[in-house]
Amino acid sequence: MNIIVCLKQVPDTEAPIRIRPDGTGIDETGLNLVMNYYDEHATEAALRLREQFGGTVTAVAVGPERAREALRQALAMGADEAALLRDPQLDGADHLQVARALAAFITPRTPDVVICGKLSTDDNAAVVGPALAEVLDLPQATAIARLEVDPNRARATVHRELEGAVEVLEVPLPALFTVERSLNEPRYPSLPGIMKAKRKEIAVMDLAALGLSPEEVGSPGAVLERLTSPPGRTAGVQVNGAEPEAAVEAIITFLSERAKVL
Amino acid sequence: MAAGAGLSEVWVLVAHEGGAVRKITSELLGKARALAGGGRVVAVLLGAGVPDPARTLGRRGADEVILVDDARLAHYTTEGYAAALAHLAAEGPPALLLIGSTAQGRDLAPRLAARLGAAVVTDCQSLDVADGALVATRPMYTRKAIGTVRLGPGQMWIAVALPAVFPVPAETERTAEVRSAALPAEIRIRTRVVETRAIERETVPLTEAEVIVSGGRGLRGPENFPLLDALARALGAAVGSSRPPVDSGWVPHDYEIGQTGKTVSPQVYIACGISGAPQHLAGMSGSKFIVAINKDPNAPIFQLADLGVVGDLFEILPRLTEAVKRRKAVG
Ligand SMILES: Cc1cc2nc3c(=O)[nH]c(=O)nc-3n(C[C@H](O)[C@H](O)[C@H](O)COP(=O)(O)OP(=O)(O)OC[C@H]3O[C@@H](n4cnc5c(N)ncnc54)[C@H](O)[C@@H]3O)c2cc1C
Ligand SMILES: Nc1ncnc2c1ncn2[C@@H]1O[C@H](COP(=O)(O)O)[C@@H](O)[C@H]1O
Repeated sequence: MNIIVCLKQVPDTEAPIRIRPDGTGIDETGLNLVMNYYDEHATEAALRLREQFGGTVTAVAVGPERAREALRQALAMGADEAALLRDPQLDGADHLQVARALAAFITPRTPDVVICGKLSTDDNAAVVGPALAEVLDLPQATAIARLEVDPNRARATVHRELEGAVEVLEVPLPALFTVERSLNEPRYPSLPGIMKAKRKEIAVMDLAALGLSPEEVGSPGAVLERLTSPPGRTAGVQVNGAEPEAAVEAIITFLSERAKVL
Repeated sequence: MAAGAGLSEVWVLVAHEGGAVRKITSELLGKARALAGGGRVVAVLLGAGVPDPARTLGRRGADEVILVDDARLAHYTTEGYAAALAHLAAEGPPALLLIGSTAQGRDLAPRLAARLGAAVVTDCQSLDVADGALVATRPMYTRKAIGTVRLGPGQMWIAVALPAVFPVPAETERTAEVRSAALPAEIRIRTRVVETRAIERETVPLTEAEVIVSGGRGLRGPENFPLLDALARALGAAVGSSRPPVDSGWVPHDYEIGQTGKTVSPQVYIACGISGAPQHLAGMSGSKFIVAINKDPNAPIFQLADLGVVGDLFEILPRLTEAVKRRKAVG
């Protein structure tokens, strides 16, 4: 089975971020960058398919030079190959442009399965996966919480969590999936895995190498103009040391007079 | 924006389930009306055998309903919905298509955008038109920042809006005209919906709830979640949780609120036995009011709670439920 996993390098969500004073982005000095959380689940899903059915796992990222590190992690987890798609024209690309660049890499490799994360924890967009499925002309299932592949029938059965329901879908392969965290528990890279990954070559491709003309990538339809801090929240009233009855009274008064839901 | 200076045409994709139009649809119709000014607001209803929507959708602001009633749309599928909307847009695209941020909406919008060459922005919490561009704000970096995104002129725009941020507009006497449209004979739907299993819930969906009662590790075990259910029933609220109750299997995964769970913005969020980790705040700090019940006076959740109650949730919750019931009984 030929499996492609798309991944992105993002700031570690454990750490605070600093917005640049001019609001054009975040200050990356000293920032810990990691593989997007959901992409660890995507990589795990890819590796499990290879373990079940054989084949290869190729990890691909669109990003700057530093995004190699996230690809290195995928290799250390067990991916066979990795490629970084890097081009000045992709700086400031919107999600549809990223999808087009990924598609140019993926199409000639005729995958059976393409796996993305549900969303990236920096952009929080959840756009690249379904957009990529469209450009690749593959059927899709997003935010899947369960994946069973029947290679004989070239079909997958997946579960998606909707609001208040679970949807069971049958999807013919080749297909694109985006994954929810409940799909699996990502493995940690093993020490031999890390050593092996260090020796592996990460292919770097620009638009020309992908066979994409600047016109085909186009210009961004959606542009991030600025970042601002979310409106600060401050502590309100604290009720401490009250009897439960008095605490309840305070909550009731709050719900009716301040929040107006009672 | 002054009336008459609005967008010429705004479409709203109707979210419906079991014959009922979901609340997000009304919220989007209200926003569409505001952005259209004197322009046209069109509700697009896709389905099979759906009840006559003209009155309900008209009252919330639709001038017209485009109804595509086709057996192939009986269940939501990405390709069925994308084909229907692409077909309608080919006849005359709107300036803007609004879609609610539901599991279906998030699945559909980017695919449709890629098909139509439209610009797309998701998770919008505000939407305005300025200098011919659509300007949206949206939470980013797990709510540690708010991004302002600009979709320039000369292209169709698709905006996916978060639920519960735009107010439900007051009802009017408007009745929308209904126009039926056909789905092309040849469309390809490769996925098959095997089944949709409802997760039994006694309370309203999290993303639509005005009030959310949420429990954390402080609940100690699944046997105590009925304390939250009882309070939620009394308040007409939904029940959610932080991550540990999900990871421990006390509650289903779709309860989870936060970075790896749902983003909610209810009028009131009542956090019970939740410490207030940044990853939890990522999902709920957009709530209008936050009430926290925690026995640790130094719990970080108190730094953003509008009302913080230091106490034992096992003593407070049952009494609170009774007090709410008494209050409701009085009127
Ligand atoms: C990548 C990543 C993603 C994550 N995503 C999420 C996410 O989406 N959502 C999320 O919630 N977490 C998420 N987490 C986990 C998060 O870091 C915290 O561990 C989690 O939110 C803590 O949950 P809690 O507040 O319920 O538990 P705790 O932090 O253990 O807090 C329990 C609280 O209950 C109080 N308490 C105990 N007994 C009582 C009592 N009888 N009465 C009143 N109060 C009591 C305690 O004082 C304490 O403050 C994520 C973590 C990582 C690393
Ligand atoms: N720059 C990128 N390179 C490779 N894959 C990406 C990139 N951006 C997003 N993706 C994939 O698309 C998913 C959703 O990202 P987003 O649409 O940004 O929320 C991620 O989990 C990745 O699998």
